[in-house]
Amino acid sequence: MADNIIQVEHLEHWYGEFKAVDDVCFSVKEGEIYSFLGPNGAGKSTVINILITLLPLQGGSVKVAGYDVASQPEEVRKAIGVVFQDETLDRDLTVWETLEFHGRIYSLPREERRRRTEEMIALVELEDKRDVRTRHLSGGMKRRLEIARGLMTNPKVLFLDEPTIGLDTQTRMRLWEYIKKVNQAGTTIFLTTHYMDEADQVSNWIDIMDHGRIIASGNPLKLKNELGRDMIYLETSDDEAALNMVRGLDVVKDARRDSKGVRVTITTDGTHCLPVIMERLKDQGLAITGVNLKKPTLDDVFVYHTGRNIRNASGERLSARAFARRH
Amino acid sequence: MALEFLNVYWRDMLRFFRFRALLVSSLVQPALWLALYGAAMSSNFSRFASALPIPQGAVSVSYLTFLGAGVIALTALFTSLFGGISLLFDKNWGLLREVFASPMPRTHIIIGIGFSGVTKSLLQVLVIMGFGLLIGVRFFAGYSPLRTAAAVVGILVFVGIFSLGFLFLSSAISMSMDTPEGLQGVITLLTLPIFFASNALYPIDAFPGPMKMVSAFNPLTHLVNGVRYFAIGSDFYATGYHYIYTTGDMVRSMLALAVFAALMFLAARWVFRRAVVT
Repeated sequence: MADNIIQVEHLEHWYGEFKAVDDVCFSVKEGEIYSFLGPNGAGKSTVINILITLLPLQGGSVKVAGYDVASQPEEVRKAIGVVFQDETLDRDLTVWETLEFHGRIYSLPREERRRRTEEMIALVELEDKRDVRTRHLSGGMKRRLEIARGLMTNPKVLFLDEPTIGLDTQTRMRLWEYIKKVNQAGTTIFLTTHYMDEADQVSNWIDIMDHGRIIASGNPLKLKNELGRDMIYLETSDDEAALNMVRGLDVVKDARRDSKGVRVTITTDGTHCLPVIMERLKDQGLAITGVNLKKPTLDDVFVYHTGRNIRNASGERLSARAFARRH
Repeated sequence: MALEFLNVYWRDMLRFFRFRALLVSSLVQPALWLALYGAAMSSNFSRFASALPIPQGAVSVSYLTFLGAGVIALTALFTSLFGGISLLFDKNWGLLREVFASPMPRTHIIIGIGFSGVTKSLLQVLVIMGFGLLIGVRFFAGYSPLRTAAAVVGILVFVGIFSLGFLFLSSAISMSMDTPEGLQGVITLLTLPIFFASNALYPIDAFPGPMKMVSAFNPLTHLVNGVRYFAIGSDFYATGYHYIYTTGDMVRSMLALAVFAALMFLAARWVFRRAVVT
């Protein structure tokens, strides 16, 4: 497995009595965009913090860029770039000073430091903000600066923890252009995100984590296909009865209650299957008040595996952070 | 070369000079201390002291001059004890994660903060000395220019070592605390005994026994001794007491400060090694 830039084996982590990470194994291939997904509290942040050497390794083994995080943390640090989930900019430094400081603590020689600073400022298009203190930048600019900072040392792996959180759609799209550009230049991307559409579009590989374990792995297409060919969403006069009825059908792979209706995944073409199901429900005396047919998305994959919608699962924390940032 | 601490120093000084208000207040505050407290107490002490006979051959110095050395020491104490606070903010604002995830050794953070704090202390001390001379503190009386220069260097060395010790202590406390409120409480609690069980404002000869013990081990007392030795002389009379400092006293005070600084560095290093910032 020489081409794996990250190799995690039997990783465990405890907080006192609580086992936050339980026998986690995964690998990331060099040059790919890897997405590490899961609801809050799943253990994602713990895994990332171990990978970037901010938390000590308790059990298992982790290699990043060929170095062991426990015995060669300095080498790992030199080989990676990190964009943290929360803002980590010094508000009183200017854009240029922020990058200069970063280059300094990574011991880049003066000439290289200055050259890289200019390159990075150009890459994220902050030329006209060079001497502006970061407190005066917009959210999107701050994020771009943090990405520039993470890339400054030419890392083999760039860790992006929720890089687009709280940003508007346009800014998100622009950020993704930079990230893809960087990836095409050879940097492996390790990504966490709450935006399933982003993960779906960019990832070569996805691992979903919940309750300290990896519960699903694959490329986005495979994960979606595993769910079945189509998804049907039903609202009826009696969802419990409808659920029992559809569960008895051969074509139904999975059926479960949702907040308002019943979510059914089927193994055949929904356009022909749906009328039959509706017929059956009517025969049972159930009134259908709403119906929807669609292809499974990564959101559905997430709900299927974790039993939770990623936005619901995280809503509270997101708003708390948004609040903290503004104040 | 292991000079990474210069990066931390660079950033801290950048911020120090950027915040004009902070810069100015940190320089004006000790001057005000000297001007207000000094003027008020000076006249009182002079009234008491005039009743006492001055021993033969001793040079009498005013209370303001006596206090001048104390204010220099107190300023160094306060500035240094609060000098590590920026680390707590860096920690709470997430800035420290960038540094902890970088290849820079953590001890360099301690050293960088230490050196920038010392720089601030020395700047303040120079300003207070200048201001003090203006309002009638009689430092370096009768000294030749060369001897004055040597005395200033001596004072700065004492202040530097003393400040380093308290900056390391401050860094260790800041890293162990979670809130600025808690930090402020701990530091205020520390400040009081260090402040009052010292010879900064008054002589310690009349202290009750236990307090005298504390003051003998108090780094502030050693600093004040050093500053008075260099600024006033080895033999003078003030606040009703005759002060005689020998070279041995000075070496002892200097060593005490150096040992204190070394111990505080080890404490800070221990705290930083164990610190987890996520």
